[in-house]
Amino acid sequence: MLDAVPADTPQGPSDARRHWMSVLARAATAELENCLSANGGAPAYQRLRGPESGLVMVRGRAGGGGAKFNLGEMTVTRCTVRTAAGQVGHAYVAGRDARQAELAAVFDALLQDPARGDALRAGVIAKLADEQAAKRAEVARKAAATKVQFFAMRNMRTS
Amino acid sequence: MTDSTHIEVTLPGFADPVGQAQASFRAVLDAMARPGTLMQVGHGLTPPAPLCPATAAVLLTLVDHDTPLWLDAAAVAARDWIAFHCGAGFTDAPAQAAFALALALPDVASLSLGTHEQPETAATLILQVDSLEFGTRYRLHGPGLRESATLSVRGLPDDFVAIWQRNRAGFPLGVDVVLCAGTTLAALPRSVTVEAD
Repeated sequence: MLDAVPADTPQGPSDARRHWMSVLARAATAELENCLSANGGAPAYQRLRGPESGLVMVRGRAGGGGAKFNLGEMTVTRCTVRTAAGQVGHAYVAGRDARQAELAAVFDALLQDPARGDALRAGVIAKLADEQAAKRAEVARKAAATKVQFFAMRNMRTS
Repeated sequence: MTDSTHIEVTLPGFADPVGQAQASFRAVLDAMARPGTLMQVGHGLTPPAPLCPATAAVLLTLVDHDTPLWLDAAAVAARDWIAFHCGAGFTDAPAQAAFALALALPDVASLSLGTHEQPETAATLILQVDSLEFGTRYRLHGPGLRESATLSVRGLPDDFVAIWQRNRAGFPLGVDVVLCAGTTLAALPRSVTVEAD
């Protein structure tokens, strides 16, 4: 389960936050910049930590249910900001794009702001989530076209 | 971070983590090599109460998840900030701690003094005091000091010389102390001899 797609039905407040954090982490820097300027711009904020890059060990399970093993390390950039309104936003994004991590953290803080959160959830997160789902579906469609059906083996087994 | 999943952090750490941590490390190193020398660290840091910038800089430089930290009760207000910025592991048992942070001298014998096989496992006490410019004058001599040095500290107990004699008597075992006040630090490695001046 390397590419865990977030559940489409967030339940509690932490599930909702998990959902938007994952959508933000997958969004490109340019998309985040555009969304921010189109939705009221960046608030006054202070960086509490980072953006800073490091390595995390990605662990997997063979077949999704086997023993854990270390698949390898990946580069991750994290950032934590605090807005003037007092919300603290965190972001962990893949790669070394410091600006992407910072923007994602700013969005995370804004989404917790009662004054701006609802508008951003509808205007930004829903839109980005739809785009990302469409992109995934497109990749899956192209991959499915190359899938080889082993009719011969199935026929051998059933006969 | 084991008992609380939610921590409140409102203040930043080092603005330039690599450069400032290296500068602070050098300051601690020089202070340990020349006991009693005053070093400047932590300029521009805005740590939470009750920490002063020098204490915060030493913590950010030395403490991480591999070095269990023990806090005295007066320093607990800064626990979340330390957990977030240092990634520190905490311990409630002073004897388990690699570093101890205190605002008043704790019972030195309760900290880890190391073993004869591994004296380097002894704890380092980061002690925040009121002042390193004024207060009781101590005369220091020992390794690193060609001639004896003097150090003024406000905030140590009256019987500190006797306490330190007991710590010094166990050499090579014993705790090392980093004294912090404002943006100034000084160190008392376990090898130094302290007398009233």
